[in-house]
Amino acid sequence: MSLIALARNTGYAFGENRLTLAAAIILALLALCALFGPSLAPFDPLTTAAAAKLAPPSTLHPFGTDALGRDILSRVIVAARLDLGMAISAVALSFLVGLALGSLAGYFGGWTDRIVGRVMDTIMAFPLFVLAMGIVVALGNSVLNIIIATMIINLPFYCRFARSAVNVRRDLGYVEAARMGGNGSLMVLLNHIVPNILPPMMVQASLNMGWAILNAAGLSFIGLGVRPPTPEWGIMVSEGASYIISGEWWAFMFPGAALVLAVFCFNMLGDGLRDLLDPRKRV
Amino acid sequence: MGGTVARAYCTVQVSTVMAPLLEARSLAKFYPIKGAGRGAKLHAVDNVDLMIGAGESVGLVGESGCGKSTIVRLLGRFIDPTSGQILLDGEDITAMSQAKFVSTPGRRRIQVVFQDATESLNPSFRAFQSIADPLKRLLDLRKGAEIAKRVRSTAALVGLPEELLQRYPHQLSGGQRARVGIARAIAVEPSLLILDEPTSALDVSVQAVILKLLADLRDRLAMSYLFVSHDLNVVRLLCSRVVVMYLGKIVEIAPAEALFTAPRHPYAQALVAAIPDPARRGEARPRLDGSPTSPIDPDPNACRFYGRCPKSTDLCAKSMPPLRAVGPDHFAACHFALSPIGGNP
Amino acid sequence: MAQLEIDNLSVEFRTRHGVVRALESVTLSVARGEIVGVVGESGSGKSVTAYTVMGLNDEAAEITNGRITMGGIDLLAAQPEALRELRGREMAMIFQSPRTALNPIRKVGKQIEDVLLEHANLPRRDLKKAAIAALARVRIPDPERRAEAYPFELSGGMCQRVMIAMALACTPSVLIADEPTTGLDVTTQAVIMDLIRDMSHSARMSTLLITHDLGLAGEYCDRIAVMHAGHIVEIAATEALLDHPAHPYTRQLLAATPVPETRLDSLTSIPGQLPDLRSTLPPCRFSGRCERRQPVCDERELPWAELSPAHIVRCRFPL
Repeated sequence: MSLIALARNTGYAFGENRLTLAAAIILALLALCALFGPSLAPFDPLTTAAAAKLAPPSTLHPFGTDALGRDILSRVIVAARLDLGMAISAVALSFLVGLALGSLAGYFGGWTDRIVGRVMDTIMAFPLFVLAMGIVVALGNSVLNIIIATMIINLPFYCRFARSAVNVRRDLGYVEAARMGGNGSLMVLLNHIVPNILPPMMVQASLNMGWAILNAAGLSFIGLGVRPPTPEWGIMVSEGASYIISGEWWAFMFPGAALVLAVFCFNMLGDGLRDLLDPRKRV
Repeated sequence: MGGTVARAYCTVQVSTVMAPLLEARSLAKFYPIKGAGRGAKLHAVDNVDLMIGAGESVGLVGESGCGKSTIVRLLGRFIDPTSGQILLDGEDITAMSQAKFVSTPGRRRIQVVFQDATESLNPSFRAFQSIADPLKRLLDLRKGAEIAKRVRSTAALVGLPEELLQRYPHQLSGGQRARVGIARAIAVEPSLLILDEPTSALDVSVQAVILKLLADLRDRLAMSYLFVSHDLNVVRLLCSRVVVMYLGKIVEIAPAEALFTAPRHPYAQALVAAIPDPARRGEARPRLDGSPTSPIDPDPNACRFYGRCPKSTDLCAKSMPPLRAVGPDHFAACHFALSPIGGNP
Repeated sequence: MAQLEIDNLSVEFRTRHGVVRALESVTLSVARGEIVGVVGESGSGKSVTAYTVMGLNDEAAEITNGRITMGGIDLLAAQPEALRELRGREMAMIFQSPRTALNPIRKVGKQIEDVLLEHANLPRRDLKKAAIAALARVRIPDPERRAEAYPFELSGGMCQRVMIAMALACTPSVLIADEPTTGLDVTTQAVIMDLIRDMSHSARMSTLLITHDLGLAGEYCDRIAVMHAGHIVEIAATEALLDHPAHPYTRQLLAATPVPETRLDSLTSIPGQLPDLRSTLPPCRFSGRCERRQPVCDERELPWAELSPAHIVRCRFPL
């Protein structure tokens, strides 16, 4: 699709659905935070100030300060980069690998399908979060390993989706026509089938993003992956949780709200994305 | 059923005695069935001999499950036969698997026009792309300008206005989609065009236009047609010879007029009698009821139509009738095909 | 008195892209024991007519004018409860694609029993027998065994017979068949149509047969109504319509329909396309495609010309 057509279709899709537009705007803001976080943050997220610890929200610190006196707003803004970055990387990798394996399994069937199926079954045999924990523990605490762990546990989702989407289309008229037109099997898969399954898969990816964010944050919450003092929403919620009872609600509330907002907006965007990418709705 | 009989019907039909364009010999396709007993096989196509001459239009009719879709897929080389051969201009194109066939020069000589309803156009391709793709792959055209020229000339040939080339299938009407499907198939200048119910999803008015277009193209591009349809009136319009199939076997072959005026096989008779005819309003006519017997491991010694056929004698249960000549270019596989119609054996 | 009377019916659909004037001034009547065919190309409004009579239209549909009476009862004024009572008992419908119209996870015998339970006031212990009897009436062989089958186990023709059995279970006075044989083999089609015809005549039902196949209508219908773009353009007894069509559209439709005697060069097509039903339309919706068009056709109200008591045509210059 040309850029002009893309812009026109985008306008149309957003015009149709205000909620999608709102979600897109919020996500754009979060993306801004991710890209320019350090410049946008009013305070240095890492600077501690024992005197100002656990200060409630005020004009100076709109989100209050945490147990080490760091400005929570700044930390929430800067954390966007890590949370969104990890989630997007993990989902992108899962998507690509899952698409490749699933498409091959769905098109060729036979042993390819059996082997891929068994691998995915193995992954799904574990409670996924526990598996992620296990992978991070085995590979070591780092951002990269969180991404890898999240990617692996998400893989079966995309793989199955691609597999059944390709399977359904494999016997359609236009696929036979493609073979008749001289395309070998891989060409048929790549040029003729995959473009048709990308839109629904991308919708799934968008919906999956929310889950991926929670997963990455969850691993950090329990102390695997990202280490303090790195600002990251999961860790911040974990640190703030200790202060709920004593009444300093802002410590966990704002990073938690950021998580909720991000997940919610990605889910909302998923629907809008489907309208945008469906060739049948193109104008 | 020997080779002599099988070849006889084509050499008589085609005036010059030369090799037919396409010849199917003892073509069979069996599918293994799970759960119906060890080694149970579904006989989709069973020992079929078929010939299509250059420039000939052959119709293929039969009810659902008779094997005509399998024949389309076999002759279109989408699947490999279980046994038998398909010869294109004398050359065996079943010597290699269908996956390998794609890269041989034979691929462009046989093309298929699909029924519109089965989504035969890629929803994410514009009409231009759908027509251009086989040109790129089969004719190995690289230059964009050359491809565009051929796409445009083919579109003009099928009466598709140029501005529609930029549209997606969902933005085209049924008739326009049919034209794109035809353009895609003829762009590479095939020798044989297999048409699988090309007009059944179209309104009668659009159908009329497309049928005339097909007749025109056939004459202009000197193609042979294999026209598969359940609509006998339409087959009669375009085809000079008609083949009737039942449960995987050919039961009758005849010139179109002869089939419709004097069919010899009881199934063909029932088929022709079932065509709605306003002239016979209110008449109670004998109807063929019931369903075909199972295509799974059918009895090789019994006629496939036994049981459902109004004649069904002991002979029919004991011996499979061969395809025999019953008139000029007219063949039927029935023990009683030569008897007077309606008479006792 | 006609059992089913549609009088000056107009239906509009409110859609995102505008108001679609799907039907305008549709007038049609069906007597007891009569089979009336409604013929037209896709988009002509034949299915909308059927669905409006049954009250099965989409929410976006609005009946802007007209009356539908069945046996004297005004269907459009009836309460939804009363209408629901009537549907299934006095009026029944057979749909296209029989296998998808039946519930795939319920045995066919049970589906017929459901209809009987709802409408026939039979004691529960008699339901099963009545269902089997209904199957036998549509000549399904071995009905006791077939009643235990699921739709996917039956062929298309069988499923259609089951649907007919369901429709006729309570011996309705009106039967609407919407393309009942599309997708069926021609041999099966003949058997199903014979069945519909025989049951229609023996039970003296008013039958409306919706089809795009003029040949089929020609063989099975007593009268045929031709529709184009939401208008009825001609109604006549079958022979009269086929031999002496009065409306240009009817004539062109006949010329485009292949019948056994047609030759390819005599097959013609209808110029132009269906007009956009959202736009403002001239009084005669066929005028854009008509070769006999005159300026007055676009200006004045379309008349109903009565060529003979049973032959009506909506044309200013009938053939």
